[in-house]
Parts: sequence; structure tokens; C-alpha cells
Amino acid sequence: MGLLSKKDTKLITDPLADNNPITIQVLGICSALAITAELKASIVMSISVLFVLGVGNVVVSLMRNIIPSKIRIIVQLVVVAALVIIVDQVLKAFAYELSKTLSVFVGLIITNCIIMGRFEAFALGNGPWRSFLDGIGNAAGYGAILIIVGFFRELLGSGTLLGFKVLGDPIEKTGLYAIGYENNGFMLLSPMALIVVGVIIWVQRTRNKALVEDH
Amino acid sequence: MSLKRRLHILKRKYRGSKMAPAFNAIHTFLFLPDETTHGGTHIKAADDLKRTMNTVIMAMVPCLIFGMFNAGYQHYLALGDIEAVSAGFLSSEFWTLDNFLVGLIKILPLVVVSYGVGLGIEFLFAIIKKHEVEEGYLVTGMLVPLIVPVDIPLWMLAVAVAFGVVIGKEVFGGTGMNILNPALTIRAFLFFAYPTWMSGDKVWVHGAVERAGTPDAISGETILGSLAQNNEVSYSVMDMFLGFIPGSVGETSALLILIGGLFLIFTKIGSWRIMLSSVLGAIAMGLIFNWVVDAGVIGSGSKFYGLMNTVWWHHLLIGGFAFGTVFMATDPVTASQTNKGKWIYGFLVGFISIMIRVFNPAYPEGVMLAILLMNVFAPTIDHYVVQGNVKKRMKRLKAKTA
Repeated sequence: MGLLSKKDTKLITDPLADNNPITIQVLGICSALAITAELKASIVMSISVLFVLGVGNVVVSLMRNIIPSKIRIIVQLVVVAALVIIVDQVLKAFAYELSKTLSVFVGLIITNCIIMGRFEAFALGNGPWRSFLDGIGNAAGYGAILIIVGFFRELLGSGTLLGFKVLGDPIEKTGLYAIGYENNGFMLLSPMALIVVGVIIWVQRTRNKALVEDH
Repeated sequence: MSLKRRLHILKRKYRGSKMAPAFNAIHTFLFLPDETTHGGTHIKAADDLKRTMNTVIMAMVPCLIFGMFNAGYQHYLALGDIEAVSAGFLSSEFWTLDNFLVGLIKILPLVVVSYGVGLGIEFLFAIIKKHEVEEGYLVTGMLVPLIVPVDIPLWMLAVAVAFGVVIGKEVFGGTGMNILNPALTIRAFLFFAYPTWMSGDKVWVHGAVERAGTPDAISGETILGSLAQNNEVSYSVMDMFLGFIPGSVGETSALLILIGGLFLIFTKIGSWRIMLSSVLGAIAMGLIFNWVVDAGVIGSGSKFYGLMNTVWWHHLLIGGFAFGTVFMATDPVTASQTNKGKWIYGFLVGFISIMIRVFNPAYPEGVMLAILLMNVFAPTIDHYVVQGNVKKRMKRLKAKTA
């Protein structure tokens, strides 16, 4: 037996694929649409959510026996808000430009359904170690989709990856642009993010028929 | 052995194989299949989907041919090689071989790419999903080259067609299941993805883009484009009606579109309710804007003045309104299905078209967005029409039994 038991491993691997918070549970779509025009923003957002959800799940799990159930939502909000403020301040201090790109969406992590959903559904009923793994797993599942979407949107929309001009220079007409290629402006608009997420959902359900709902 | 007989033997040979849908599609395109129906009573009609589609294509062919002449005419006119038309529709300046050849060389590739990519994807999906090839793309494939600027790069068109067919149609389940008109999905994709190729004063005349910045630069602003900038329009109303104006390939000639529309109404393929009501909607909105200007609410300094002050019935002749109304708003899949719903749907298409046209100078043509928007609302309209009818009948029933 390795570091994690089989059950614990599933906590991490499940949300990455067959129980992905974005493509299967369709949560957290709002931020997936808003900040994925650049790969860098997607990555930072993923790390932020990873931090908030991982730590938050542990904190809520530790408090789970002393939180009166009537006010548990408020308590969870306080936990989330505190963590988000930490993330926000760190970003503002060390990556000011990026925090401006992400603008309100860092603050809006508070309202990300995935986080409250995991607090409610998992951390309130499980121990801190398992809650931590669950938080990491779900945040990673969220981040994976964000990074995939961000990759395609930045590559096709701006012709860059993390700011590097991988397809050539559109103004100097080098690389692909020399033969008439042009950036796809639609990719930078939010509707296209929804379509990219839709395509990921399509591919995922084609590969695993068990995910297709019956109607 | 006749060709027909031979094809039937081939058909039996391919049955069940992966080739079958592709073969059947080509086979039934020209020949009646030799299958007979089994059991029960069947209504047989000659106007199946393929006949319907072919009728619409026939209605569009005059627009396509006119578009080819017009592409050359606008090109040579902008270069100053020929004089503007002087003798009405049959002007000798317009119907020349030179004009036609320019158009043919530019527009035939558009048609080929549109059909090649679109049908290719249809065949691919038919083979993967093991169903017969659907005919839905026949009309779309003809619409697409007619609603794009003449100089659009072919690879952009190919990307857009692939996007439109896959995301606009196949993901919903293919022909008959789509929410949005596929041709307009393709155009909307082009419009948002490559706006520099879909708007402005360069793309509408062949050769203008490559000459930009050189001493030989030419340009051809569309009427909507100049109106949006409060410029004077240099075309006469007759030019607008006959179609001697810059614009997307096949949408300039209101006359030929009108003939095509009448043909569709006569063959009962297109819905006259939708066409008529969207014209009414456009007129209503045009009259409201004219009234706003007459009442002095906005002055000539306003950025909306040029378009608002356009005489209400000119709106029907300029831009893609006529083409969209006749060929795209009437798409039987994406339009409302109920008769009352068609009136509401059509009216709103016209109304919103003119509204977007006037209020959104960034998107000088509102017809595309208006039709797409109403496509989304068509099922809702139908729902309320049906529910309204149910309620009315329930009331009648109650009154009778009481």
C-alpha cells in the first residue's frame, strides 16, 4: 500500500475525470468563462482555488462538530471569505498586473459553487485528512478544465501561450501569420469559453458512456 | 443493364457497410429508391426533404449569378475601368463577360469550399453515427457563399463552416434538431472571429484589401456603413432595388430576392406569413425611427441620425434584410411552427433587425443577429401560442358543458 489508501486515492482522481466539478456537476462555470482568455490567468485562478478549497475544507472539517447546523452557511462563508482575502492580498502584493486581469473574479471565488458545495457535501461529514484530499481533488479537477480552456482560448484567440508568441508575430507577419493565418477574435469572447467547455463535455461523454444521462 | 438497375445492385452490395450512408445519399439525390413501404397505409408525397431543399436552391440561383456579375462590376467600377449602370436592370455595363469572370473566379471557390467542408462533415457524422446522410446542408451550403464578403479567405470560410455544422447542428442531433440557423451560425462565427474581414469599407469589393495603403487603393462602403457614419449615400433607390451596390455576394439585389421569395411562396416551400410579418415589423420600426427624427428628439448631430433618418421603406432594400427575411427567417426548422407564432416571430425579426441596425453602429447589419435571437425564442413563442389555444378550447368546453 502506498501513501494513500485506495479510497483516499479515489477522492483525488474522481473529480479529475468522471466526477469533474465543471464538466459533470456543471459548477463554477461563471469563473471558467470569465478568466480563461489567458492561460496565465487560468493557472493563477486554479492555484487560488486549490489553496482556498484545500485549506477551507480542512478548517471546516475541524470545526464540523462545533458548528451549530442552523448557522453553518454563515460560518462557511466566513472561512471562505478569510481565505479569499488572503489570496487577494497576496496577488495584489506580488502579482499586481495579474490581479488586475483577474479583477473581481478573485473576490468572487467566495461565490464559487464548488467551494460551498464541497464544504456542505464533504467537509461537514468527514475528517480533516480526507477533506483535504477531497478539496485538492476537486480544485485540481476545476483547474484542469480551466487550464485546458485557457490553453485553447489563448492559443487560438491571441496566438500566444503564457504571453509567448508561439504562432509568430501578427503585426510583423512572421510564422503562421506569413501565410495568411489570423487570430480568432471569437475565442476571446466569453461565449466561446462556454462552447469549448461544451466540447470537453462532449468528448468526455463520448469516451465514457456511463456519464450520459438517460432521458 | 441500365444505370438505375446497376445502382440498385450496388446498393444491396453496400447495405450494412460503412459506405452505405454515403452511397445512399448520392444515389437518392438523383434517383428514386426502389424500396417499397411495408404494412399500413402510407401517404406518399413527391416533395421530400431533397425536393424541398432543391427548390430553395433554385430560388437562390439567380441571386448567385447576379452576385457573380456584381462582384466584377463593383471591382471594375471601383477601379474606374467602366461606367456606372445607366439603363436599368439590363444595363450593358453590368452584364459583361469580364464582370462575370471576376465573379466566377472569386465566388465559385466559395461555393466549392462551403459544400466540400460542410458535406464532408455531414458524411463523416453519418458514418460515425450510422444513419443516412441528412440533406440539411444542401441549402446551408448555398446560403453561405451568398452571405459572406467576396474576398473572404477560403480557410476562414472552411473553419467557420466546420464550426457551424458541428456546433450549430450536429451536436444538437443533426438536421431538424438545430436551434440556430446553421448558415447564420457560420456567418456569426466569421463576424465575431474575423471582424476585419466581415465589416468595414474594404472587404465588399474584390481587390480592395490587397490594394489598401497603395496609390491604387479602392474602397466600397456599403450603404449601411456610410449611413452609420452619417455620410451621404451615393446610390440611387433604383440601384438599391436592382442590386448594383456593394455588399455580401448574393444579398444585394432586392428584385431577384423578391422573385425568389415569390417562387418560394408559390411552391409553398417558404412561409408567406413570416416574410410578410417581418416586412411589417421592419416598416413599423422604420416608421418609429422616422417619427423620432421628425419630432425633433434627435438632431443631425446625433450618431444615430443617418440611419434613423433613412426613409422607412429604404430599410427594406439596403443591407441583408431582404435576403435574411426570404431565405433565412423562413427556415422551417428554426422558425416558429404555429401560424400565429409565425406572425409574432416574423414581426419581431423585422422589428429587431432595424433596431440593431440603427442602434449598433459596430454591427451595421442587424438581420443576422435578429434572426439568431428569434431562433432562440421561436420554441417559446410556439409554447405560448399552443397553451393559449388549449386555454381557449378549455373555456369553450366549459361553456358548452355548463
